Amino acid sequence: MSIANLLKVALKAILNNKARSFLSMLGIIIGVAAVIVMMAIGQGSKESIHKELSTMGTNLLTIRPGADMRGGVRLDPSAMQTLKQADYEAILSEAKFVKKASPEVTTSGQAIIGSNNTTSTCYGESPDYISIKLWTVESGQCFTEEDVKKSAKVCLIGKTVVNELFPNGQDPIGKTIRFKTIPFRVIGVLKGKGYNNWGMDQDNVIIAPYTTVMKRLSAQTHFNSIVCSALTEELTDAAIEDLKQILRRSHKLKESDEDNFTIRSQQEFMDTMSSTMDTITIILVVAAAFSLLVAGIGIMNIMLVSVTERTKEIGLRMSVGARGLDISNQFLIESVTISVTGGVLGVLLGGLLTWACNTWVGYPAVIPMWSVIVSFAVCVLIGIGFGYIPAQKAARMDPIEAIRYE
Amino acid sequence: MDARKVVIELHDVRRNFIVGSETVHALRGISFKIYEGEFVTIMGTSGSGKSTLLNQLGCLDTPTSGEYLLDGISVRTMKRSQRARLRNRKIGFVFQNYNLLAKTTAVENVELPLMYNSEFNSQQRREAAVKALEAVGLGDRLEHKSNQMSGGQMQRVAIARALVNNPAVILADEATGNLDTRTSFEVLVLFQKLHAEGRTIIFVTHNPDIAQYSSRNIVLRDGKIREDVQNNNILSAAEALAALPAPQDD
Repeated sequence: MSIANLLKVALKAILNNKARSFLSMLGIIIGVAAVIVMMAIGQGSKESIHKELSTMGTNLLTIRPGADMRGGVRLDPSAMQTLKQADYEAILSEAKFVKKASPEVTTSGQAIIGSNNTTSTCYGESPDYISIKLWTVESGQCFTEEDVKKSAKVCLIGKTVVNELFPNGQDPIGKTIRFKTIPFRVIGVLKGKGYNNWGMDQDNVIIAPYTTVMKRLSAQTHFNSIVCSALTEELTDAAIEDLKQILRRSHKLKESDEDNFTIRSQQEFMDTMSSTMDTITIILVVAAAFSLLVAGIGIMNIMLVSVTERTKEIGLRMSVGARGLDISNQFLIESVTISVTGGVLGVLLGGLLTWACNTWVGYPAVIPMWSVIVSFAVCVLIGIGFGYIPAQKAARMDPIEAIRYE
Repeated sequence: MDARKVVIELHDVRRNFIVGSETVHALRGISFKIYEGEFVTIMGTSGSGKSTLLNQLGCLDTPTSGEYLLDGISVRTMKRSQRARLRNRKIGFVFQNYNLLAKTTAVENVELPLMYNSEFNSQQRREAAVKALEAVGLGDRLEHKSNQMSGGQMQRVAIARALVNNPAVILADEATGNLDTRTSFEVLVLFQKLHAEGRTIIFVTHNPDIAQYSSRNIVLRDGKIREDVQNNNILSAAEALAALPAPQDD
């Protein structure tokens, strides 16, 4: 029998038993929808993390003091004080693949103006920091190299600090706030970046010249880190190698010495985050896929019942000339039709749930196109795989017994 | 000798079934020829082997030994799929309980055998089915579903289905067994009409009355032929139908 006729026969059989067919489809619908939603959530999280990290600059490099020893190795405190002004100057003058660099010194404390106060973190930076971390100065202006030289008591503040200290909407520019005990004149306001994926408020910042923070606030001569931007994202690895050589020279390390600093790229960080997300997604999808397996067994069950019920029909078809292959194809097409129809409805339901997830729950979810294609393929396989045994049972029937079956 | 074409030729056909440790001899050496255009009744009591013989004739089963030629083709060594094809092209079945597909229209039921014949496209299939239904007097019931028809109508649809592939032989298995007297005669009238048109018909039944309307009668007993006689005085089913008391409408 031709495929078109087989499909017609299959559709007729399915429509003759609407409720039963729908129930056996339901398993597939739920399974596929679950897989699609899980994949969409995984993909959505990945993309949003990527977007988030991109707002901090994809060509970002962070140099931290201390060797790359993750996992609880006790360090000599002096090892954490290896990044000095000389290193920064060496990077500025020698690094070939670095566009901009800024030392970084951070200290947390309370910012106060009048009766308002808020806990915030003060970042001591060079003026280039703004462009390295892709900040935008919304109003006012950034401090200058001149301010750095003079350790000027000026600062830029983030949106959260503005809201906390100036709740009535006054213009903060030109006002003097106190951080810890030191008065800072606000010369600029940063455009908001919002919360990052770890729930950290990126706008709760105060940025001041690093010299000011080192001398007046934290009284230290070393940097907590140095942040740089590579010339391009592609040159990140070259930039890391180059920076290593510069810092080893500047730290006068011998050939046998290990690095007493660590350079991390944003790229590397993104990759780590993605692979973590991938693992979580795989676990979720595997869990959802089990429901597809159960759905397949449901289809097999219903097909077995259907074959027994239609013994007489099978006998008739055989006696008018259907070969075993025709009968087996008929039941296979029927089970594939059930599972693929379930798959289509499942994709639609998955799409709907994903949309709901985005719209109402506010969780970013994006359906990857390949997951739809894979779902279809899996449905076809389920239909064939779980339809095979019932189809064989039908094809092997003896037409003499089948036609007289009551 | 006989110049007529031989449609069915059985030569010492035996069929044994092994049941447990015993061998049941259902057919113990059957030989006969059926010629084109004959209307043969095969009769016998329960257990006489007539069902087994019907399965042989219908290519649903193969003999343990002996030879069966259908339209000149040897069936005994054929595989399942070859026999299916042979059934599709050479045989039309009519069953006691009609065996129509449920929730399916008359014309779709009649099309069924042609669905398994790739030489027919959907248009040819429908044309052939409509023609066959017209031949059994159901030209006005094409789109009626099987559950909207009476027993006699259903059996006529089944006969149309048996005719649609223009078979070498029509095999009827107790085709009037489920019908009341009047309807039985109506169906017999139809068979006689087909016979008059030159069709070869084998009608298996346990009802001795039916033999009077056929051209030849074979009686089986214990797996052997007991009697094989030509009927030179074929009664007209149409006359018998007319002679029946009129149906009471109340």
